[in-house]
Amino acid sequence: MSTESTDKHLDFLEHHFSTPQQQAESAKLGMWVFLLTEILLFGGLFLAYAVYRSWHPEMFYNAHLFLDRELGTFNTVVLIISSLTMALAIRSMQLGKRKQTIWMLVATLALAAVFLVVKYFEYSHKIHLGQLPGKFYTFDGIEGNNPHVFFSVYFLMTGLHGIHVIGGMFAIGWVLRRTIRNDFSSAYYTPIEMTGLYWHLVDLVWIFLFPLFYLIG
Amino acid sequence: MDTTGTLFLPPSGSTISGEVDFQFYFIYAASIFFFAVVTFASLLFVVRYRRRGEPTRSDAPTHNTLLEIVWTAIPTVLIVIVFVMGFRTYLKMHVVPGDAMEIKVTAQKWFWSFDYPEGASAVNELVVPVNQPVKLLMSSQDVIHSFFVPNFRVKMDVLPNRYSVTWFEATQTGEFDLFCTEYCGKGHAEMIGKVKVVSESEYNNWVEAGAGPAEGEGLADYGRRLYVSKACNTCHSIDGSGNVGPSFLQKFGAEEALADGSFITVDENYLRESILNPQAKIVAGYDPVMPTYQGLLKDREVDALIEFIKSLKDGQ
Amino acid sequence: MSTLEKAIADTNYLKDPPGIKNWLFTLDHKRIGVLYLYGIMASFLLGGIFAMLLRLELLSPDQVIVDADTYNQFFTLHGAVMIFLFIIPSIPAALGNFVLPLMIGAKDVAFPRLNLASWYIYVAGAIICLYSIVAGGADTGWTFYTPYSTQTSTAVISLTFGAFVLGFSSIFTGINFIATIHKLRAPGMSWFKMPLMVWALYATSIIQVMATPVLGITLVLLIVERAFGIGIFDPAMGGDPVLYQHFFWFYSHPAVYIMILPAMGIISELISTFSHKKIFGYKMIAFSSLGIAFVSFLVWGHHMFVSGQSELAAMVFSFLTFFVGIPSGIKVFNWVATMYKGSIELKTPMLYALSFLFLFTIGGFTGIVLGSLAVDVHLHDTYFIVAHFHYVMMGGTVMAFLGGLHYWWPKMWGRMYSEFWAKISLALIFIGFNATFFTQFIMGSQGMPRRYATYVDTYHRLHAFSTYGSWVLGLGFVVMAVYLIHSLFKGSKAPANPWRSLTMEWETTSPPITHNFDRPMVLEHGPYDYDVIDPKRRLEDHKREVSK
Repeated sequence: MSTESTDKHLDFLEHHFSTPQQQAESAKLGMWVFLLTEILLFGGLFLAYAVYRSWHPEMFYNAHLFLDRELGTFNTVVLIISSLTMALAIRSMQLGKRKQTIWMLVATLALAAVFLVVKYFEYSHKIHLGQLPGKFYTFDGIEGNNPHVFFSVYFLMTGLHGIHVIGGMFAIGWVLRRTIRNDFSSAYYTPIEMTGLYWHLVDLVWIFLFPLFYLIG
Repeated sequence: MDTTGTLFLPPSGSTISGEVDFQFYFIYAASIFFFAVVTFASLLFVVRYRRRGEPTRSDAPTHNTLLEIVWTAIPTVLIVIVFVMGFRTYLKMHVVPGDAMEIKVTAQKWFWSFDYPEGASAVNELVVPVNQPVKLLMSSQDVIHSFFVPNFRVKMDVLPNRYSVTWFEATQTGEFDLFCTEYCGKGHAEMIGKVKVVSESEYNNWVEAGAGPAEGEGLADYGRRLYVSKACNTCHSIDGSGNVGPSFLQKFGAEEALADGSFITVDENYLRESILNPQAKIVAGYDPVMPTYQGLLKDREVDALIEFIKSLKDGQ
Repeated sequence: MSTLEKAIADTNYLKDPPGIKNWLFTLDHKRIGVLYLYGIMASFLLGGIFAMLLRLELLSPDQVIVDADTYNQFFTLHGAVMIFLFIIPSIPAALGNFVLPLMIGAKDVAFPRLNLASWYIYVAGAIICLYSIVAGGADTGWTFYTPYSTQTSTAVISLTFGAFVLGFSSIFTGINFIATIHKLRAPGMSWFKMPLMVWALYATSIIQVMATPVLGITLVLLIVERAFGIGIFDPAMGGDPVLYQHFFWFYSHPAVYIMILPAMGIISELISTFSHKKIFGYKMIAFSSLGIAFVSFLVWGHHMFVSGQSELAAMVFSFLTFFVGIPSGIKVFNWVATMYKGSIELKTPMLYALSFLFLFTIGGFTGIVLGSLAVDVHLHDTYFIVAHFHYVMMGGTVMAFLGGLHYWWPKMWGRMYSEFWAKISLALIFIGFNATFFTQFIMGSQGMPRRYATYVDTYHRLHAFSTYGSWVLGLGFVVMAVYLIHSLFKGSKAPANPWRSLTMEWETTSPPITHNFDRPMVLEHGPYDYDVIDPKRRLEDHKREVSK
């Protein structure tokens, strides 16, 4: 190992770890446990979804017709590609290709932004029609009991997912800045890897949300 | 069947309470036994193996498979017995006998009302015949309440969006406390009624008479009785003290400031409106929490209550 | 004082690095543990004041000090403060933070910055919760049952939002401990060489990370329901209030084990140390912690036996509930067996452990009474429940917490407390506690419902007696506050290992140096090897090594 990489090695190794490997493994374990808590957080909402769909299956079917399948599919593809670019960013840093990592992170950020813009148009269309949660629901034309509950669940779940997308964008922006600042090397890229894990989860949640809301039938 | 109650349990008054009490005391006895063993052993060891001077090394075993299996197995067996007994009784509590009479129970902040199949109705007083299964079909007008009669060992939540059902068969005549056991706000502790268990002939008389003034009873006196039986007293005092709602003392003819800033003189029409449509004019300083009595009171009863409030004009 | 001792005294974590700023931005787990200790003690004081006021109001059925509305706010805040601000963080976040890395021979927890963040989140959550007092109080009970909580005009949102924020603090501590226990154990410390306190913290952390997110989303739904009327829990909008109860208890039942499991861990340490004997049935105790953690997720429905759920559901929940009882019972038997042929020293922490055994056993048995479906119908939502969970939470968790606090007090501050006053205080607490709460078993099974601002005359004498008991209990805590604070300034200096314990935290100085140990730790013997090791000789070895 060259002296330069040894210096870097000392930079990132925190005092309470004895080896870089121990530090990286701890971070990875902690991140996985954190992702578990995220799944359980969404789990509560999935449960609420299941309960209300089983109570009002007709209404859920009728209400879902008002979601735009094409936009939903487009957004799904966008997120899947962003997962790929994120994975490539990590791979590039493993190979020490810093420039490529930067471009891949920028691409991921851009795709996340596209997702949010599409979501913005979907939301504003619903707000315009009055297809809103709970007592704000003013739309008239969905058959079945309590159609406002469908939109309560829809806005809660996609809204919470949207917040996670925004959170993910901050995380990606942060590792992007650190990559530009030359903090990482093929020996140390844990923060990018952790951000990647998180981003895959955000993607995964959407992959469940998409069929549950857009493809009832 | 015991009627005096014990240190732990109140006198039993229903067909189910004997089983519940037996199980309570069964677990109690088993617990006392194990508790005595654990406590006695701890104290014995503390005294016997008390450290004197330097600590000593011990050659006692650090585990003993047989012992560990035994003290796992015995509680397990006991627990299965307790579980089976509890579940069987629980099922009985949930299966209403076919010959049960049905009474509709409505809970709201903060009183109980009961509607009988014969058309009679009552507030905070559930009159039932002895030795006759009674099915209660319960619902709430606002938040969750819970119907609890300690002497009958009966409890069931009363929900706002669905009916819940429970039943009991009283074995003793007399008056028993009826509590709300699901926290429901300011008047929760005062949401107390009575279950009055009477003989069948008394019950029939009561149902026939329905509600109405007794022979020779003046309208104001009848109103005073309704003030208690219809639960007005939960929120309105007659001695001028403050409560959830304004006191009735010297209220009639008085000028009241309303929440919207206007003023009103308390007359018969205002009182009638406040009973049947309480949210219409709220007195300043009070929350709009009174439920409507529309349908709960007959015209004659409203008249009687107004007459009663009038009689408080110049003090009690 | 030799120069060496002086050097050690100046490099202990309390003094190095010096200054308020270094304390507030510290990444040292020991300091963060102490910061948590300040937070939970302040919360305990606040919750305790509410408790004393509640008992005072119930001295007689007439209004004693406050009206029903205020009483309802008192019991809500008593419950919320004690549960969210005191008990849940008490052992894991305060004591656990301090001792966990020391016990496994690590220099710190895995993520020190996350650790500090979780303390700040705790403080922020506490402030948001307490804001609800200023904003007019909340009167829903700590369970926030809908639809009452969506209808009442009080400050429910700030209290629930505070609890939501506190949840993150709890999750972060859990994540931190799991990673620490997995990755930072000293070489040689295999899973079955870990102290049982570490096992208990591990099981607790698993529950924290798995249950707390569900509480988080439940509280979010409740807040959104209240603010926007979304119709998930509100029956007027087509929602279901019973669904809320399922959501809520899915967290809050496991939360009970977040409170009691670490307490069991402390008791294992105390009984083994003060009996100077290897713990009986180590593996059974360790596995029963994990077993309890697992089953605790499957019993939430036993809070809802009278809510109208199906008989089948009630049957399953009742059955599983009994099976949480078994591992708890096994632990009790193991602790008693540990004392057999031991060399028992009745220092204050051991007396707390014995009090725990006594009180927790009563709490456990009354849990069996409540697990039985038919009997629960009678006892549900009465003072019997109140007494039961106070026996488990206070007689169990708080007793163990106090035992642990006294046990690690010399390690934490480098000072001894007064044994004499500690025993007086414990006697007062023990007597006062039983007078207060055993009475409540009786009035509860007699039918006294909980959360009543007033009561029918039948229960007057029992209520009054319970209130007198609470005064003795309160006095016990006042005495404790005095002698503990006194010991901080005037206590005699603590040796490194005053109890001759074999776990690793006693191998460093009291108080520990900033980086915990003066050498890389390697496990040389099991945590309870009292049958093979003479602690006196070990200590001399250690001193010799230090002076080298």
